[in-house]
Amino acid sequence: MLGRTANGLYWMFRYIERAENGARLIDAGLRMSLTRSEAAEDDWDGVLQSAGVRELYDEVHETLTSSDAIDFLLRDRANPSSVMSCIEAGRHNARMVRTALTRETWEATNECWIEMKAMLAKKARPADLPEIIGTIKRRAGLIRGAFHGTMLRNEIFNFSRIGTFIERADNTARILDVKYYVLLPAVAAVGSSMDNVQWESILRSVSAHRAYGWVYDAELRPANIADFLISNGRMPRSLAYCYEKIVSNLGYLAREYGATHAAHGTAEQTLAALRTRSINDIMDQGLHEYLEEFISDNNRLGQEISDGYRFYH
Amino acid sequence: MVKNKGTTPLAFDEMMNADSSPRQPYSTYNEWYASQDRNRLIAKSKEAENIFRKTGITFAVYGHADSSEKLIPFDLIPRIISGREWRRLAQGIEQRVIALNAFLDDIYHKQEIVRAGRIPRELIEKNDAFLPQMIGFRPPGGVYTHIVGTDIVRTGEDQFYVLEDNARTPSGVSYMLENRETMMQMFPELFHQNRVRPVENYPYLLRQSLASLAPPGCSGKPRVAVLTPGIYNSAFYEHAFLADMMGVELVEGSDLRVIDGKVKMRTTRGYEAIDVLYRRVDDDFLDPLTFRPDSALGVPGIMDVYRAGNITIANAPGTGISDDKAIYSYMPEIVEFYTGRKPLLENVPTWRCSEPQSLKYVLEHIEELVIKEVHGSGGYGMLVGPTATRKERAIFAEKLKARPGNYIAQPTLSLSTVPILVNKGIAPRHVDLRPYVLVSDKVQIIPGGLTRVALKAGSLVVNSSQGGGTKDTWVLED
Repeated sequence: MLGRTANGLYWMFRYIERAENGARLIDAGLRMSLTRSEAAEDDWDGVLQSAGVRELYDEVHETLTSSDAIDFLLRDRANPSSVMSCIEAGRHNARMVRTALTRETWEATNECWIEMKAMLAKKARPADLPEIIGTIKRRAGLIRGAFHGTMLRNEIFNFSRIGTFIERADNTARILDVKYYVLLPAVAAVGSSMDNVQWESILRSVSAHRAYGWVYDAELRPANIADFLISNGRMPRSLAYCYEKIVSNLGYLAREYGATHAAHGTAEQTLAALRTRSINDIMDQGLHEYLEEFISDNNRLGQEISDGYRFYH
Repeated sequence: MVKNKGTTPLAFDEMMNADSSPRQPYSTYNEWYASQDRNRLIAKSKEAENIFRKTGITFAVYGHADSSEKLIPFDLIPRIISGREWRRLAQGIEQRVIALNAFLDDIYHKQEIVRAGRIPRELIEKNDAFLPQMIGFRPPGGVYTHIVGTDIVRTGEDQFYVLEDNARTPSGVSYMLENRETMMQMFPELFHQNRVRPVENYPYLLRQSLASLAPPGCSGKPRVAVLTPGIYNSAFYEHAFLADMMGVELVEGSDLRVIDGKVKMRTTRGYEAIDVLYRRVDDDFLDPLTFRPDSALGVPGIMDVYRAGNITIANAPGTGISDDKAIYSYMPEIVEFYTGRKPLLENVPTWRCSEPQSLKYVLEHIEELVIKEVHGSGGYGMLVGPTATRKERAIFAEKLKARPGNYIAQPTLSLSTVPILVNKGIAPRHVDLRPYVLVSDKVQIIPGGLTRVALKAGSLVVNSSQGGGTKDTWVLED
């Protein structure tokens, strides 16, 4: 396979993952602004930070309003991580690697782009947001479904999956990092309704507010939330789960190529740490520092994969 | 000759006889059509558009940032050709394609046709499409044009003319395949009722045909790739489609490098050799070391690899000389010279404006003629005399006098019509036909092809860039 094709697949799936996570973030933000009457802008400040575009927002807008923030996250082309920018970039990459995709996967991606382009042609009215967010999630689901149902399990599949999980791990780590302070025991005024809203919003950002209740108990506890999103190997958006998948896909590549690269060592190391370190240990050592290091390691892994498999564009 | 601007009652309609009974190849289809609800067909038409849009069968239009991807309109009434009609066409096309390859081999070697005085020397040697780099070189299997798209028009029950021999990089075959796919999806019953010969195996035949002409330097199973100018090229969809259907790599110039005398592509495992390159990049851009130095689309040094017998390029560089419009007028001589027989398919009578006698005739009869640029394509830079305004004709006449050698003229043929679906029912529109031909150790003609249709009433211009659409083309088994 061309290094350019591997690169295109990797980024196609990173962008689609990012688009879907962007929609979830907006969803969580909306939910939060519904649950309280004042200072809604602070919530959007947090959402913009989670999306990693807080500074970029300030370059385009003078003041922070929820309406501008939503538009910036949803459809502003000046924001390369806006949902629409991601869908466009994902589809552009898909078109470039068209020959590596099944017809079903390509069509699901192309139809996602066609529908979202029409839906996001104009600034969205607040009343339409739930429908828009629902459509993004549904479209992303259809791409995933077509991909899983029709793609051969070969290197194409592996590079795509690796892109998905590098992006997802990055997104989950960022969501946690932006809100890490509300999870700290010292600061948290345990049981206050404000904290509950914040905690729930973290879980909502990763569509895990219901699953949390199944795994732990009904009461939200900071350490459990952190554990769920970092160490729980059954939670499909947790760091541990993402790394299980990255390691296994890199493993298939190693067998197919009969060779390993620096990336293999890095990913295995990260996974081993995720499996062995307890959440209390992480919290004691400093959640923020832990997440910062994780994000930077995750980026390094992306670079090592790109080097090892000769990506270019 | 057609002189009126509206619909052309004189044109031969392929579906309906003058007495409104269907012609034989359409009889089964016509029965089906009569039983259809018009609103359902209009809804199906919309459905077809959605199928094309989601599949991404689009072509890029440069300079339109927002509407940069356009659909070529698809009309759902098929163009139907009987088996008998097809056999005649196929024999004529085969003869012509064999002659084209023999002609190319000759002009890049002994130039016997020039020595015999059948073609003027300057027509070859002063022609931009003639590549001196090809002189004395014989491509693998002696095949120059691996893929040909012969443009054919019809003017009557038994009158077929070849309008153009596209021997460089003919496009549109993806529409042939997608049109059929769409028709089968929408109207499966039609394919039970009519015995339509399949076109679906084209990608398989293409791959087989390309692989069979691997270069002498290839050991083992030949590796085939399609070379595209890239994602912004207007035909990118087709390039990706063909690579996908053949199961081969789709590459761009920047993916390739000449290493150790082979053309290699950058893979995730390092550089790997390619043996056969189906290039959809023009000659000029193929090798910046040999042709245009500013080309970023090609592969520096590929011509050396080619001449050393380490890669097959399809079609061969320099094939453009054979489908040049000035050469076209000599095709009857060319066919006879190499096959020893009269051409089975007619050429459209052509005046070469470079000849003073012809120029005089063309200027005097400008309102009856179609005048084309020798190197033009896509329906641009041409004048359709009968439908042009007096002013347009006057302006064109000046251009003609300034550079006569740049033009040829042909009578305005009354192209046959096939109905298209319109709001009020059906209405006849002019069509042409491009069958696709694969050449290896044998000549294979795919039974069908691309029917292009002028969607505007009375228009004779079928090009997609100028309001043309396409139809599924059926060749019946009979």
